[in-house]
Amino acid sequence: MAALPGMESLVPNVQAILLLDGDGRRIVAKYYRGARQWDSAAFEAKLFKKTKNAAVARGESDVILIDKSVAVFRCGPDARAYVVGSSDENELILNMVLDGLVDALTALLGGTFDARTCFENLETAMLCVDEVVDGGAILETDANAVANRVQMRGVEGGQPITDMTASQAISTITDQIFKTMNT
Amino acid sequence: MTSPLEQADDGGGLTISSMVKEFQGLKDKFKREDADSPSPFSDLEKATVLQECRVFSDSKVVTESPRKCSQLITKLLHIVTQGDAMSSSEVTEVFFGVTKLFQSSDASLRRMIYFFIKEVAETCNPDDIIIVTSSLTKDMNSKEDLFRANSIRVLAKMIDATMLGAIERYIKQAIVDRNAMVSSSALVAGTHLIRGSPDVVRRWVNEVQEALHSSSDMVQFHALSLLYEIKQHDRLAISKLVTKLTRGTISSPLATCLLIRYITTIVRDSGGNALASATGRAAYQFLELSLRHRSEAVIYEAAKALCNLPGIEERDLGPAVAVLQLFLSSPKSTLRLAAMRALSSVAIAKPSAVIKCNDDMESLIADNNRSIATFAITTLLKTGSESSVDRLMKQISSFMNEIADEFKIVVVTAIRELCLKYPLKHRVLVGFLANFLREEGGFEFKKAIVDAIIALMCVISETKESSLFHLCEFIEDCEFTALSTQILHLVGIVGPTTVAPARYIRFVYNRVILENAAVRAAAITTLAKFAARLPALQASVSVLLRRSLRDEDDEVRDRATVALRLLGENITKDAPGDGEAEGSQRPFRQDALAADSTRDLPLQPEIHLLLEPLPMSFAQLSAALKEFEVAGSREDDALALSLTTLPVVDYTRPSSQSAVPASASLSSSNDSAELYKIPELATLGRVHSSTSPIQLTESETEYVVSCIKHIMSEHVVLEFAITNTISDQLLVDACIVIEQAPDSPQHYDHVASVHAPILRCGATERAWLILRGSPGSTFGAPAHFLAELKFRVVEIDPATGEFEGDEEGFPEDYPLEDIEISTADFVAKADISNFRQAWDSLEKDKEVLQKYSLQFKDMEVAIDAVISCLGMQPEDGTNEIDKSRIGMPHTLHLSGCFAGNLDILARAQLQVEAKLGCILKIAVRSPQLEVSELISDCIN
Repeated sequence: MAALPGMESLVPNVQAILLLDGDGRRIVAKYYRGARQWDSAAFEAKLFKKTKNAAVARGESDVILIDKSVAVFRCGPDARAYVVGSSDENELILNMVLDGLVDALTALLGGTFDARTCFENLETAMLCVDEVVDGGAILETDANAVANRVQMRGVEGGQPITDMTASQAISTITDQIFKTMNT
Repeated sequence: MTSPLEQADDGGGLTISSMVKEFQGLKDKFKREDADSPSPFSDLEKATVLQECRVFSDSKVVTESPRKCSQLITKLLHIVTQGDAMSSSEVTEVFFGVTKLFQSSDASLRRMIYFFIKEVAETCNPDDIIIVTSSLTKDMNSKEDLFRANSIRVLAKMIDATMLGAIERYIKQAIVDRNAMVSSSALVAGTHLIRGSPDVVRRWVNEVQEALHSSSDMVQFHALSLLYEIKQHDRLAISKLVTKLTRGTISSPLATCLLIRYITTIVRDSGGNALASATGRAAYQFLELSLRHRSEAVIYEAAKALCNLPGIEERDLGPAVAVLQLFLSSPKSTLRLAAMRALSSVAIAKPSAVIKCNDDMESLIADNNRSIATFAITTLLKTGSESSVDRLMKQISSFMNEIADEFKIVVVTAIRELCLKYPLKHRVLVGFLANFLREEGGFEFKKAIVDAIIALMCVISETKESSLFHLCEFIEDCEFTALSTQILHLVGIVGPTTVAPARYIRFVYNRVILENAAVRAAAITTLAKFAARLPALQASVSVLLRRSLRDEDDEVRDRATVALRLLGENITKDAPGDGEAEGSQRPFRQDALAADSTRDLPLQPEIHLLLEPLPMSFAQLSAALKEFEVAGSREDDALALSLTTLPVVDYTRPSSQSAVPASASLSSSNDSAELYKIPELATLGRVHSSTSPIQLTESETEYVVSCIKHIMSEHVVLEFAITNTISDQLLVDACIVIEQAPDSPQHYDHVASVHAPILRCGATERAWLILRGSPGSTFGAPAHFLAELKFRVVEIDPATGEFEGDEEGFPEDYPLEDIEISTADFVAKADISNFRQAWDSLEKDKEVLQKYSLQFKDMEVAIDAVISCLGMQPEDGTNEIDKSRIGMPHTLHLSGCFAGNLDILARAQLQVEAKLGCILKIAVRSPQLEVSELISDCIN
């Protein structure tokens, strides 16, 4: 962060999110615009080669410096999730993004994070990535929120009104009234 | 005899190995079944999927089986992910289909539609995108939070300023929405949109400000980043905002990290001694407070920011280093790496601040994560004390075998610096490097070691002999030609000066026997250098060289021939041509005879060609030769080509700072090429140096004139490039008239001038003035002239080019800027290889010593000013300041070539003192006292 010119680069930024299977093949790969120009296939191959032997416990993450970027990653049985940022980025912030992504995905996949399940539920995997980062900007890091949004939970009637507390119910009703008045 | 295990094996039944085999079989079987079971996304054909997507037009399918549609979209996106991009027309086709899917109210399908549009928005034709905006705008007003949030995110990816105006109010509403996701989505959309439509987004400032007080962490973060972007050009507003927030209510860790970055930027931008100011102190306090935040990300961000604060004192770093030290023993590798990275950057400038972490760092050498281990080692190499060097090296040597080459190179660089810091430890450190020279490793790694060893040899003379021996051992088994030749070259220079030069001959001659042609050629040159420097070895080396006269490679043969010739050996009988004809039958006898008969011949005078580097660089030589060719074709009595008759070309080595000098030298030789075309000027001889063009008018005026000063051996030629920019005028017989400025003494006489006959509009023509040094004054003295452009104007019709009015035209003159001739113009930059030797070769009684007091406060500025004032070339890298000797006097070595091919050298000593300004002592030597005086007077 020390010598960054320009103002916008001050905001924590994600360069890429990658989900790779046990052989380094892409499950989901998302590179964000303007982050930098790179040969994504070569980068993934190098990243995978350098990290495939890392012994990372379940739920733990590891980190590697690679090609002027820093990548944090977590491993499932045969799947890996990487969050890549510029080498000046705060790796702990990248780690928050990674945790949000992997925890949400694991919960949605029924408690496991492996390549086969990911492929079978590919849209879930894609949407998880989409809910965590928007165009390089961090959108949400809370795994529960991400999981709910991926499932579109709350749509179509949302929470039944009987389950709400009195104040929630009132605020929902006022919301509705304002909305009708505004339109 | 068989072992018990094998007996059991033979016995059949259930043995371990058979069980393993069984399992292996089972596993394979399952694997195959795995592969057989169809995954919905394996082996997809793009064309097929695109075909299938046509069902999107069927409203029945869309409403009844949304799951199928969303599967299809996923398949398409998967194909794109795997690298098979869709063409623009394919995207358009699918895109129309997808718009039909808005009929379905299925939430998951809708989510997939949003996702798809975002993914293809960039490849799609913007005109096609428009058709979904109405559907999206509708969703933006939906009662469903998730529809609102997602549709805003999609819209932000595709709309421009005009469309933004239409939906702006919905986004403003969304920013202050109760739902955190809606609010966040709108704010993030704002940060994307502000790049394209800053004016619209700036109008949202009130809503954004309100969102900043949201209870949601993410909304706070997004609001803060958008608010900063909105206000970023208003420094005062930013400063106020940040100050307010540091006292206030930000709870979100991400927003706090952002705030830390903003604060440090403000402190850094305010420059100077920022920490002493009130804002600086407040910033420091906030950062220190953040070190106790509950989130590790914030703690780290604050610690890192503190470490990088400009002008921070070592004692103020204490708290930051303390938290980083705690991180070092964390079980999380991300934390350890983060802390290690921050500490290693602190160690570069303030190693003593990190010393207290040494114990923790030593335990990290064994860390599983190699990035962490490497940072730990390189940092320890900076912070370690002299006494811990041996222990550290022992720890590193086991580590070095396990890491990749790129990490090893980092370690080698660190060891090189450590050795410079503790020269007494050179035995251990250089020995360590030499050890790794023998281990496995790629070219980059080996090159790093060789470079390190050579660099240390230059600085620490004690290591010279032992290092040279290490390197010689290395080339005995070196697979890299580039390194072998580099080392052989070094051996040729350093070897003869060692105590026992003879022992290196064996290493070098082995190369001649064993290696490829490039290495053999280098080895021959090295051998020749030994022979030339050490008469005692000459005879035996000559015998060795003689054997290469029939080498299969012509470069090797040539070098051997040249070397023997220069050494005074008679080789005619043995020349390669003869050798093939008759010598092949009895080569040995002939060799021996030849060697015997020629032993006593003296060294040839050209022997210095072997021992000294080229007097100029290859680029310089090539430029000089080109100029010689141009000049030579003009002159009647062509000079013989030799080093002394070559024109001196200004050529500064293309340094890392800029490539401009190289191009400047090119243009200068082009300029003098123009000069050689003028017959009147050809008799004046060669151009010694040319200045770059100087503008004598503003570039926007009616007539644009620039001037180049060419210095010849006895004349100064002024070249004027005149451009006519007036379309209804033709300039006839244009020339420049100069007049001695009233306050300037007469040093030059005007001899002749060459006029530009006709100047059409838009054309550039040249006029020339020739000056000669006045009798009694030194050629090269500074002078000052007033100048005027004189010409006749003929009016013409710009359309037809026909004359209008008087064909003779009327005389007109046009004042120009003054022309100055300075002594520096007479100086060409000249690169010499050995300043000290050159300095001693010039007579001391032609030296001029002067002392000046200058108005500079900064050493670097003073050095640059002196160099440009004299127009000379800095030598030995003395234009760079030695950072470790700040406050001490700086010595500057300069060389140049004065008109008439006189070498000039200058040694300057500069010292900057707070009260007195800059004191400059300068000594100038040249073959003529007058020239030395002129040069030293330049400073005035």
